[in-house]
Amino acid sequence: MLLIPCPWCGDRDETEFHYGGQAHVAYPQSPDALSDAQWAEYLFVRDNPKGEFAERWCHNAGCRRWFNLVRDTATHQIVVQR
Amino acid sequence: MSAVLPEHPEFLWRNPDPRRSYEVVIVGGGGHGLATAYYLARNHGITNVAVLERGWLAGGNMARNTTIIRSNYLWDESAAIYEHALKQWEALPEELDYDFLFSQRGVLNLAHTPQDVREGVRRVNANQLNGVDAEWLNPDQVKEFCPIVDISPGVRYPVLGATLQPRAGIAKHDHVAWAFARTADEHGIDLIQDCEVTGFLRDGDKILGVQTTRGPIMADRIGLAAAGHTSVLAGLAGLRLPLQSHPLQALVSELLEPVHPCVVMSNHVHVYVSQAHKGELVMGAGVDPYNSYAQRGSVHVIERQMAAALELFPIFARAHVIRTWGGIVDVTPDASPIIGATPLANLFVNCGWGTGGFKATPASGWVYAHTLATGRAHPLNEPFALERFTTGALIDEHGAAAVAH
Amino acid sequence: MTAHRLPNGGRVDRAAPVRFTYDGKRYTGLRGDTLASALIANGVLEVAPSSYRGRPRGIVTAGVDEPNALVLVDGSLLPATTLELHDGLSATGRSGVGRLTDSTDSVRHDKRYVHCDVLVVGGGPAGLAAAQAAGRTGARTILADERTELGGTLLATKGFDLSWPGLAEFPETRVLSRTTAVGYYDQNYVVLAQRNTLWHVRAKRVVLATGAHERPLVFADNDRPGVMLASAVREYVNRYAVAPGQNVVLATTNDSAYQVALDLIAAGITVSAIVDSRPEPPAALVNQVGVEVITGSAVTGTEGRHRVSAVHIGPDRSIPCDLLAVSGGWNPAVHMFSQAQGRVRYEERIAAFVPDTCPQDLEVVGAANATYELAACLAEGAAAGARAAHLAGFGGGTAPELPPVPAESDSAHRPVWMVEGDETLQFIDLQRDSTVADIRRATGAGLRSVEHVKRYTTVGTGLDQGRTGGVPAIGVIAELLGASSPGEVGTTTYRPPYTPVSFALLAGRDRGELHDPIRRTAMHSWHVAHGAVFEDVGQWKRPHHYPRAGEDAQAAVLRECTAARTGLAMMDASTLGKIEVQGPDAGEFLNRMYTNAFAKLAIGSCRYGMLCRADGMVFDDGVVLRLAEDRYLTTTTTGNAAAVLDWFEEWQQTEWPELRVRFTSVTEQWATIAVVGPGSRAALTPLLPDLDLSAAAFGFMTFRDTVLCNGVPARVARVSFSGELAFEINVATWHGLSTWELVANTGATPYGTETMHVLRAEKGFVIVGQDTDGTVTPQDLGMDWIVSKRKDFVGRRSFSRPDTARPDRRQLVGLLPVDPDDLLPEGAQLVAGGVPLTPPVPMLGHVTSSYRSAALGRTFALALVAGGRDLIGRELLAPLGNRVITATVTEPIFYDPEGTRRDG
Repeated sequence: MLLIPCPWCGDRDETEFHYGGQAHVAYPQSPDALSDAQWAEYLFVRDNPKGEFAERWCHNAGCRRWFNLVRDTATHQIVVQR
Repeated sequence: MSAVLPEHPEFLWRNPDPRRSYEVVIVGGGGHGLATAYYLARNHGITNVAVLERGWLAGGNMARNTTIIRSNYLWDESAAIYEHALKQWEALPEELDYDFLFSQRGVLNLAHTPQDVREGVRRVNANQLNGVDAEWLNPDQVKEFCPIVDISPGVRYPVLGATLQPRAGIAKHDHVAWAFARTADEHGIDLIQDCEVTGFLRDGDKILGVQTTRGPIMADRIGLAAAGHTSVLAGLAGLRLPLQSHPLQALVSELLEPVHPCVVMSNHVHVYVSQAHKGELVMGAGVDPYNSYAQRGSVHVIERQMAAALELFPIFARAHVIRTWGGIVDVTPDASPIIGATPLANLFVNCGWGTGGFKATPASGWVYAHTLATGRAHPLNEPFALERFTTGALIDEHGAAAVAH
Repeated sequence: MTAHRLPNGGRVDRAAPVRFTYDGKRYTGLRGDTLASALIANGVLEVAPSSYRGRPRGIVTAGVDEPNALVLVDGSLLPATTLELHDGLSATGRSGVGRLTDSTDSVRHDKRYVHCDVLVVGGGPAGLAAAQAAGRTGARTILADERTELGGTLLATKGFDLSWPGLAEFPETRVLSRTTAVGYYDQNYVVLAQRNTLWHVRAKRVVLATGAHERPLVFADNDRPGVMLASAVREYVNRYAVAPGQNVVLATTNDSAYQVALDLIAAGITVSAIVDSRPEPPAALVNQVGVEVITGSAVTGTEGRHRVSAVHIGPDRSIPCDLLAVSGGWNPAVHMFSQAQGRVRYEERIAAFVPDTCPQDLEVVGAANATYELAACLAEGAAAGARAAHLAGFGGGTAPELPPVPAESDSAHRPVWMVEGDETLQFIDLQRDSTVADIRRATGAGLRSVEHVKRYTTVGTGLDQGRTGGVPAIGVIAELLGASSPGEVGTTTYRPPYTPVSFALLAGRDRGELHDPIRRTAMHSWHVAHGAVFEDVGQWKRPHHYPRAGEDAQAAVLRECTAARTGLAMMDASTLGKIEVQGPDAGEFLNRMYTNAFAKLAIGSCRYGMLCRADGMVFDDGVVLRLAEDRYLTTTTTGNAAAVLDWFEEWQQTEWPELRVRFTSVTEQWATIAVVGPGSRAALTPLLPDLDLSAAAFGFMTFRDTVLCNGVPARVARVSFSGELAFEINVATWHGLSTWELVANTGATPYGTETMHVLRAEKGFVIVGQDTDGTVTPQDLGMDWIVSKRKDFVGRRSFSRPDTARPDRRQLVGLLPVDPDDLLPEGAQLVAGGVPLTPPVPMLGHVTSSYRSAALGRTFALALVAGGRDLIGRELLAPLGNRVITATVTEPIFYDPEGTRRDG
């Protein structure tokens, strides 16, 4: 049961949150300008590091706001918020 | 007196030091890597092979899975490879001369809603036409096949029926891995433990070998078979793959007198359970949602799973959990594996089996050996190429099929 | 009193006899006994024989690590050594294998969730000191201890005042006895099992004072009843005042056994000899104990049948005795530490794995940290408790003063991993009956990893999870492989739970009615009263059909369908998801989400919309109402309501934060009644006095806000999922039931989801999730018209991918079985005519929906078929095991294709 720091509500149990995977992956400005391979990269390919990972969470059962944090995927320790 | 397991062989494998070069190097000494090594020797006569294992052989997901074997997948491509595996399972105990307790006791996939029923019937029909044994059972037939399932209409999500694959079942996972390992070793293949790959030796986009904690090793072809760690290894070669690693938890009970005759899975309430040969209940749940390499998950997942299990099997209330654990499963966007070439010459991947890798072990080894031996995909793994994510020809086992365990 | 109960001492209540039954025989013990101590008091040391080899076995321990003395009580397999004796207890000895019975478990299990500043695990000397040091600062402190009484080893230590910590004086300190910390999860989330309550503690700081487990010694016939851990012997004598034997030999590798000898002698028990592995044990101890100490030696075997009668020390020496107390050293109980992702290292001086580093906010103290002398344990615990409280914001971090205690010694240990003798009788894991011979066989097979050896031999996989046999096994492996020390071999990883936890306790109250919340609409009670058969849709209960007396489901559905097509019918549509989308950019936002456009939808109008995932596959659909310039109400499928809200919020917050738009779920604020059929206009006219319901005045796909005849405000929409004239009345949830009754009084026939499905299928309207499965595009459904060519929206780019643009994708078509009475099963697979039906049979697609139609007077179906649009007019086969249904491919619309009926 991770303890996740919501920037708006404070530390809350993992069960209040929804996981959103890698952070900072923007929707392409002009999808039509992308090749099929580039579009596939956007759709399907995300980083998957062992160690620090900038990821997205949404406080679903609380303020319902999305935020980013950095968590270590090897230890589950939360390294930095935002 | 308790059920006694068959004795292991007097000899399993040598513990060789790595040589400077091999024809094929397989990175990852789990079930799939060991099976690949075996089939390289058996089907292609290639024995100048090393299997490099960072820890101990078959110590990853092979040691951590719930050992369910079935082939009743929905899509043709999946059914073909898993049914190939099931036919191999049926022959392997004799072929490998190793009693790994393959028990074809039947797998039930329960349906709890009209939508589950539709999906179950769809799968049964598809399986039958694909030559995969499958039946649809009504609740009374479910009760007959597995008397401890509560089929009363009063439970929160009543059992409305189930698919049954009679030839499906379980096997003893460690024994399976050791059977492949022993035979591969007999063929002269080097199984090298405590040997972590730390980088790739390359010439432009051509991979020439691997750098390891036990020195550099050259190879004509290199196949990754590292399950949850594939992304990390591929990253050493500068390759990004459509994979995410998640914890998958499982647990066992104490030894119990026989009480559960088959394997029961329920997609709707996220639980699957069988009783192993020795008598312990072996149970698994869904994956934890977050990315992780920690081989640990969150306890509420286990608690939820227990609640679901007791809804289906009230008789389990007084059983005890004696050990829980987590594996690292590598999941693709369509919940189907990736087997084949990469953009880098001589480097191949076999990954993305998610929660379903154990049952595929023999077929995975069969087709990966073919791919590594010939440089081309076997017809069975052609549809599972990396390119499908670009073309959109996914083999989506999320939507329609049952749980992919 | 029995002969085995000592005349004095102990923490049992001699005035409170307790009657119990073991293996069908009646016995009497005392309050304060465990089942094991009571059995010993009755002269019973032998328990059920071993699991695999059927060898006689006896009680070995006095705690959670008991491998032999397992009993079945009320269907649960439990160690007799931790089972509190109570009147009427009935236990049956078991050889490590439980038996589940079908009796209902009436015990209520519960869960508690608490936060604290300092959690101390273990109420021995170090834990007590830590709890006191933390508790006195005012920090919220929890002390969890697995025993009935606090004290740990102090319970078996004579003359120590256990009231010293005074924990009851600290209002913020909570003591949980009979409470075992079973799991240590991320961010100091610790799960405690207290009988029928499972505690979930989130602690700022944790102090682990989990103690140490004594190790057995490995020699031939070390499994014979009468071989017992020295610490257990001491505990039985001092705490329970029972004598497991009268003539004892002690075998040890360390100092701790000498205190045991002194206590036994003080209790009047004969100690014949101490066999010490060390050539020169501390002289002070040897002198103090005053019995023969055989130094530099080890026990190599035992004699006896069902009880030890003598021990062998090498080939030449044999000493008669009825109890052999062994101490093979101590393992710090690092289980919780290891679960917390702590790493252990091997400490040669004490031959044990000890805590090293850990990423979590914890400290390990006392014997768990390999600190064995009492004074040092107290000091370490107090310091850690004060530090933990300080780090949590309480107190200055200085430890309180501690009570004086006698000095103890803990000089270097000399482990004995292997001795000569018959290795097939040298047991490592009593529960698994595995021996040194098994380990030799495993290493001989080429195994080097302790994990491999564990799996080969099954050492350490029993109920005690290697607490007793684990380290001795590693010691043997190290010797067999010629390793420099067990540290080179390494240890296995400890997994939760620390001790077995029942399934029922983990499930808690989430069973039966409380397993998953049930969502009911405002009209649920009416549905129940009118005999509805329900189906589960997500968490909702929805009426599936309303059978009348003598009707089966088919007859009821046909009747309901006829009513909707020819007369007047009504349906509870409240479960559809409803999301209000508000803000100046609401229209732009919906344009980006839906495949079709909404920005220019007129206020007061409705439009059907479709959502795709980014991969272009259909995600959800529903009607969108424009309430105002900056306000829309979108509806979703019942099952996807939460997912669509999440989807909207995710895109708005993470991609387009500049869009001024917000979302509110209003699903539960509205009750929705679909009033359907050619008679609906006439029936509703008196109910809606302020509205002109004529087609000209109230056009299709528009809505009006109005007031019902009874004064209830309502929103009425002219939408139709059946193709018939229909009005959808939305009222506040609390008016749902009365409004439903109002409509029902017009004579409308209530219908359920099945009739709704039939009616929409006759019109070729899809149900997302039934006619789609996550692999279907809008184009596959023949709905190109809903895909805007003029704007971008989520998923659009995916349609031009090679596979998504293929002309032979599976497409939605209709099917009419050649025999109009044949009902295709939903899920039937379809193959081309003339294809041999020998597997593998190429499949073209499958039936997604299939019904009997009252309106058509026949069966019909919808299907997804590869290149299906080009097959219209052709026949396909549905092979169904023993029969084949032939059906003709049609357009996916069967009823009123011109849409003449929707205006009445």
